[in-house]
Amino acid sequence: MNNLVEVRNLKIEATTDAGRVVEIIKGVSLDIADGEIVALIGESGSGKTTVALSLMGHARPGCRITGGEINVNGKNMAALSEKERAKLRGTDIAYVPQSAAASFNPASTIMEQVIEVTRIHSLMPPEQARKRAVELFWALSLPDPDGIGARYPHQVSGGQLQRLAAAMALIGDPKLVIFDEPTTALDVTTQIDVLKAFKSVMRADGIAGVYVSHDLAVVAQIADRIIVLKGGEVQETGTTAEILTSAKHPYTRELLAAFEPKQRQAHADAEAATNQLLRIDNITAGYGAVRDDGLPLIRAVDTVSMVVEKGRNLGVIGESGCGKSTLARVIAGIHPAAAGDIVFDGKPLQRAAGKRSRDQLREMQIVFQYADTALNPAKPVEDIIARPLVFYHGLDRQARSKRVDELLDMVRLPKSLRYRYPAELSGGQKQRVNFARALAADPKLIICDEITSALDTVVASAVIELLKELQRELGLSYIFISHDLSVVEAICDEIMVMYNGQRVEQITPDKVKAATHPYSKLLFSSVPKLDPTWLDGLVRDPELVSQYGHR
Amino acid sequence: MTMERAAFSRRSFLGHSYNLVGVVAALIILAWTLVAIFASYIIPHSIGDIVDDDYFGPMRQGLWLGSDYLGRDMLSRVLMGARYTVGISLAAVSIACFSGVALGMIAAVTGGWLDTCLSRFLDAMNSIPSKLFGLVVVAAVGSSIPALILTLAVIYIPGAYRFARALAVNINTMDFMTVARVRGESTAYLIGSEILPNIIRPVLADFGLRFVFIVLLLSGLSFLGLGLQPPLADWGALVRENIGGLPFAAPAVVVPSLAIASLTISVNLLIDNLPQKIRDRDA
Repeated sequence: MNNLVEVRNLKIEATTDAGRVVEIIKGVSLDIADGEIVALIGESGSGKTTVALSLMGHARPGCRITGGEINVNGKNMAALSEKERAKLRGTDIAYVPQSAAASFNPASTIMEQVIEVTRIHSLMPPEQARKRAVELFWALSLPDPDGIGARYPHQVSGGQLQRLAAAMALIGDPKLVIFDEPTTALDVTTQIDVLKAFKSVMRADGIAGVYVSHDLAVVAQIADRIIVLKGGEVQETGTTAEILTSAKHPYTRELLAAFEPKQRQAHADAEAATNQLLRIDNITAGYGAVRDDGLPLIRAVDTVSMVVEKGRNLGVIGESGCGKSTLARVIAGIHPAAAGDIVFDGKPLQRAAGKRSRDQLREMQIVFQYADTALNPAKPVEDIIARPLVFYHGLDRQARSKRVDELLDMVRLPKSLRYRYPAELSGGQKQRVNFARALAADPKLIICDEITSALDTVVASAVIELLKELQRELGLSYIFISHDLSVVEAICDEIMVMYNGQRVEQITPDKVKAATHPYSKLLFSSVPKLDPTWLDGLVRDPELVSQYGHR
Repeated sequence: MTMERAAFSRRSFLGHSYNLVGVVAALIILAWTLVAIFASYIIPHSIGDIVDDDYFGPMRQGLWLGSDYLGRDMLSRVLMGARYTVGISLAAVSIACFSGVALGMIAAVTGGWLDTCLSRFLDAMNSIPSKLFGLVVVAAVGSSIPALILTLAVIYIPGAYRFARALAVNINTMDFMTVARVRGESTAYLIGSEILPNIIRPVLADFGLRFVFIVLLLSGLSFLGLGLQPPLADWGALVRENIGGLPFAAPAVVVPSLAIASLTISVNLLIDNLPQKIRDRDA
């Protein structure tokens, strides 16, 4: 046995609710050496998480390991009994989940949960475990390492919780740690701290790791080798540098291509750009009790003004909690503003959607981030798309059916999909249906609230391409809200940076490198690059980080 | 192995999978429904006729379920009793669930003071013990079939309301509700077209459960003499009037009890084993 992990011809099957058996992992083989970090990348449904979980001998409900060997540290995890596997989990192999927030028990302190592994496996006395935990808190550069253990999970930030989850995984001195998309849910500025902390701890202790992600740029920073998965099979394996520079497999190239900066077409009608579609002046909105001055206690959006011109796109970018989604809801009238004016197409707009006219509602559509919750699961695609056609345009059955076909065609979905329910569609397909419903209203402005952030890189870039095409054909304008700079850069004519409810800067995509506001500088410099040396070489102004970073 | 077992206990039909228990329960319910509808054609004797010389007579040819405390044919009385038990309960549960679910969804979608007022009022209603409420109403307006139906319905509206509201509140926070609101949809569309399809399964399960409660409450009221008045009798009344036969193990007291049990248990089993639509992404 040369390598720490040797997986040979792993096969995993799942049973659908009709009793059909589907092979989801079709003979995967991989090796991980001692102290090596291997990344598993691929789109959702490629089986990357399933493979990672199988290293612990675990298969998710409905799935089972049907063939192959999973040798970890000399033991075949597939053949062990559940009891023997449980002994190895936490001591030989540990797991860091995607959402640390959902994995911590809100009812007990962080320290109790971090040292729980040592108690279950009787590894060391509690006193020693606590000391070891504090050492790990230091190593993971958490703030207040001596005191943070006494807090409860809701008292620390998402990035800190993710690092605490890593501390929980590391306390049993595992030989292998599985990271399941640990930074996907974090802001870019936070992601850097977490990645740096992971990397330094893993290097220092020589721990081997499996890093599951769909973000090639993040993987490039932390992994020694990359394994590309698609459809339950290994497509390509190579060192990080090999994959990034000389990828052979078409799917890997596609992944890489999604990262190439896309040159957006210059608008021919630049002179007509003085045509204002939407103008908002000094909008303030928020939550909580209304105070004497008529403004809410907590201001999520604070005196923001902006202009969207006809046929052009405005990007709004900022970290979570900066008020960008609230701004979208204010414009759409879902969350009425406390102060300020909205002018749409030359006419002043009521603050609440309920008071706007049907035409005004029709001309401004909003598309939400999670197509899962934005589409009614009890209705087929056809009904979902047809409703605005009936509601706004009063089309009869035949005209409606024809228009649904056209709309599906516009968003590049096959017509046969119209009878499906949302649960039977992939993430990208759902987002397209979500978008087709907005198009069905014949809007002038579409507010896109993080519509690509729940999608894989390749799928997201296809959706962005689609949006651009539709804009060319239909002359739409978009307000594009995102925390992902590359997405906003790809489609927007203007980028507005928000921080703490306020607009800090508005620039054009070609001037991103020359941002003037310190927060914009920090934000733009935090976006991971495909270069593997980027993270190590990254020097950030400590003053900036302490002022704007949320550590 | 689990695969084979699953294939054995669940069969599929018209794109739905169902199991044997559910089918048997459905057949029992169907049988009682048919009996309720056609009772007057199939009863061998009129329910008021005294056909036996003895009272609490045993099962024998011609009197298949024996005779009751006056020597009347028990089979006829149980068959006619099905009409009252099933009919009254079904009418009451339909009114209770329809009003309760509609109010619950309206409260969840509208929110604000309407929600608060409705919830507090119905909570207050809920706090009145159901049998006591029945006693008071019967004492006040007397016992008639419409009064019984309305009383039973009113007793079970708060429960249906709470249940539907709790489900609808969850659906109400979904983004598709926001999308529909921003589209400018009316409350009627929101509750009928966006919320109802998502909660219909649990609501139907609740409907069945509430039906069982109402059958039992109706039987209880009749047993206390507050339900149907003689010579009409539902199953609960049949148990009560023949309770004297208990020491003689008379079929007259056992059979209506079994009838109540078979109907309520079947409804429960059917709810637990409703056919499931097979949704298979690639099939």
